[in-house]
Amino acid sequence: MNEFAAQHPLLIVALPKIAVLLFVLLTALAYLTWFERKVVAHIQARWGPYRVGPHGLLQPLADGLKFLFKEDVTPAGADRFTYFLAPFLSLSLAITSIAVIPFGPKEFTVFGQSTPLAITNLNIGLLILFAITSLGVYGVALAGWSSNSKYSLLGGLRSSAQMVSYELTLTMSVVGVILMAGTFNLSEIVQAQQGFFWGFVPRWNLIGAPFPQVIGFVLFFTAAVAETNRAPFDLVEAEQELVGGFHTEYASFKFAMFFMAEYSSMITVSCLATILFFGGWLSPFPQTGLWTWTRYIPAATFAIAGVALIIHGVRYLTMLGRVVLPALGVALCALAVLFIRPGAPDFVQGPFWFLLKISIFIFIYVWLRGTLPRLRYDRLMTFGWKVLLPLAILNVVITSLAIVLTQK
Amino acid sequence: MTPQIAIFLVLAALAVAGAVSLILQRHPIHSALSLIVVMVALAGLYLLQGADFIAAVQIIVYAGAIMVLFVFVIMLLNAGEEERTNLSRMAQYVGVPLGVVFLVEVAYWVGRATSHMSQSTPQSVSTHDLSTLLFREYVFPFELTSFLILIAILGALVLARREDSE
Amino acid sequence: MEGVLDVVGVESPGGVVVPTSYYLVLSAVLFGLGVVAFVFKRNIITVFMSIELMLNAVNLAFVAFSRALGQMQGQVFVFFVIVVAAAEAAVGMAITIVIARNRGTLNVERVDTLKH
Repeated sequence: MNEFAAQHPLLIVALPKIAVLLFVLLTALAYLTWFERKVVAHIQARWGPYRVGPHGLLQPLADGLKFLFKEDVTPAGADRFTYFLAPFLSLSLAITSIAVIPFGPKEFTVFGQSTPLAITNLNIGLLILFAITSLGVYGVALAGWSSNSKYSLLGGLRSSAQMVSYELTLTMSVVGVILMAGTFNLSEIVQAQQGFFWGFVPRWNLIGAPFPQVIGFVLFFTAAVAETNRAPFDLVEAEQELVGGFHTEYASFKFAMFFMAEYSSMITVSCLATILFFGGWLSPFPQTGLWTWTRYIPAATFAIAGVALIIHGVRYLTMLGRVVLPALGVALCALAVLFIRPGAPDFVQGPFWFLLKISIFIFIYVWLRGTLPRLRYDRLMTFGWKVLLPLAILNVVITSLAIVLTQK
Repeated sequence: MTPQIAIFLVLAALAVAGAVSLILQRHPIHSALSLIVVMVALAGLYLLQGADFIAAVQIIVYAGAIMVLFVFVIMLLNAGEEERTNLSRMAQYVGVPLGVVFLVEVAYWVGRATSHMSQSTPQSVSTHDLSTLLFREYVFPFELTSFLILIAILGALVLARREDSE
Repeated sequence: MEGVLDVVGVESPGGVVVPTSYYLVLSAVLFGLGVVAFVFKRNIITVFMSIELMLNAVNLAFVAFSRALGQMQGQVFVFFVIVVAAAEAAVGMAITIVIARNRGTLNVERVDTLKH
């Protein structure tokens, strides 16, 4: 088997990785909808999905079944090829961008082939991500046009104009990071952020030398929220405004595809924000000296979460909850025990911190949606062109100056 | 049939199919989609030759911005399908066959004239080397193109503005 | 640090890669198809798109030669061609919008006189 693996690395190593990552990503998308509904509900002082399964955990399943069984209506006079192409294009592009993201430093061996914790490790990984973002405009524009409806056309045009405008700021705000790291390779950008100032402050790009990329991060996140058409920049798809924007005429599963594409872009942007500005899979604590106990934080977190779930679950209201929640708690405790075994902490560190940081960014995304009011469209466009883009250019200029002055 | 030649044939077939579809489609938006397919196939061919940065720039700028401009204008102007008129008899019996013959002949002679050339460097060209060349030897054309883009922006703005009564 | 070729794992046994003439033939074919589209299509926007197709074919030839001769100037020139094509497309589309507004048609055969 090992010789077969050596001769066909693509088949034996890459395909299982892709399958696993795809499965995890699609499940994460489904539960991201649950997470968003819960968080927005709690911000608005209500419960959110609570009945379908314990704590509404089966709500995504119910939504999925609803989308599958709804009637699929195609509007009359719609351009059929483009109408079917647009959601497919949106979703496939959004999911493809996960392929270049590194989840951890250590390599693991599959049948004798050592492979990193990412599907690919491209030299131009960051550029490929931007290329995929650029192509994502087509899903929206073609959807709006092909629906043969004036709301869709207007919504599609506005939405794609917004995406194209904020794409400029998105790419410019990252140039500071690229200058400091000297490469487009995402793994190397993370590795350039290793080390600690004065022993305990991590050398992330946000607070790094020679110029802390705070402006860059704020610009990046704002432009990304606008790019993914999320609140407070979601005028074009809010129900109160343009009926539904570019996805008005899309029924069941095609609408679900747009939905999934939007959440998938959210996840990709959160991954990018952690990699570029927050050190990716690097732990915020130093690994040596006084701080070696921090290597067991992943195991401790899982153990505490597992025990809390068990204690809460055995006193839950419904019978299903009293079975499922403690079972989940036991699974988490088992994982915690697994992480304590020798050799495991090193391996688990990277992905744990990475996933924790991504969760924080996704929470910020949902928090923004629940809190801020919408921006009017013309204000949105002037904000993007007249405020964000000059700031991004200023960031590039100052970073280049700082690098040149501190180079010797 | 090495993997590289197989990939080349697939991408080349995709590019030619896209170009033929550009000619045969009646609605401009379908022609635009075919052209995007051609550009993405060409970006794949650049990757195959090791021109990583140019492939990324092709997708970001050409397929992701210029073609978006085309699609916007087609959507805004509500361009409809072209009327289907048959080619004149001269075009049908003389023009198209002669055109095909010419195309095949040019392709054949280009292929034969350059068949002695082989590709020298097998690894990818790094962005670092490309940008060093761009910013040292070719910095003057680089600055000129930035002027060109500025002029184009101004020109497009002035041209497309609605004429209000002064 | 690896380029895309190394990642995909395409080994070339005996150092055989795709010969340059293959790329140049493809470039010639694409250019020819661009000329055909330019001559036969009647919508202004489609004519512009055929110009972009011709420019793309030329870019492919540039990259192929740059790789064959081992020089990077070819890729630098491709960069400039892409930038100039962008500027040209912007101004061209602005002119198209003005023509459509004034003449009401996008048919090249109907905008061939100054007076209408």
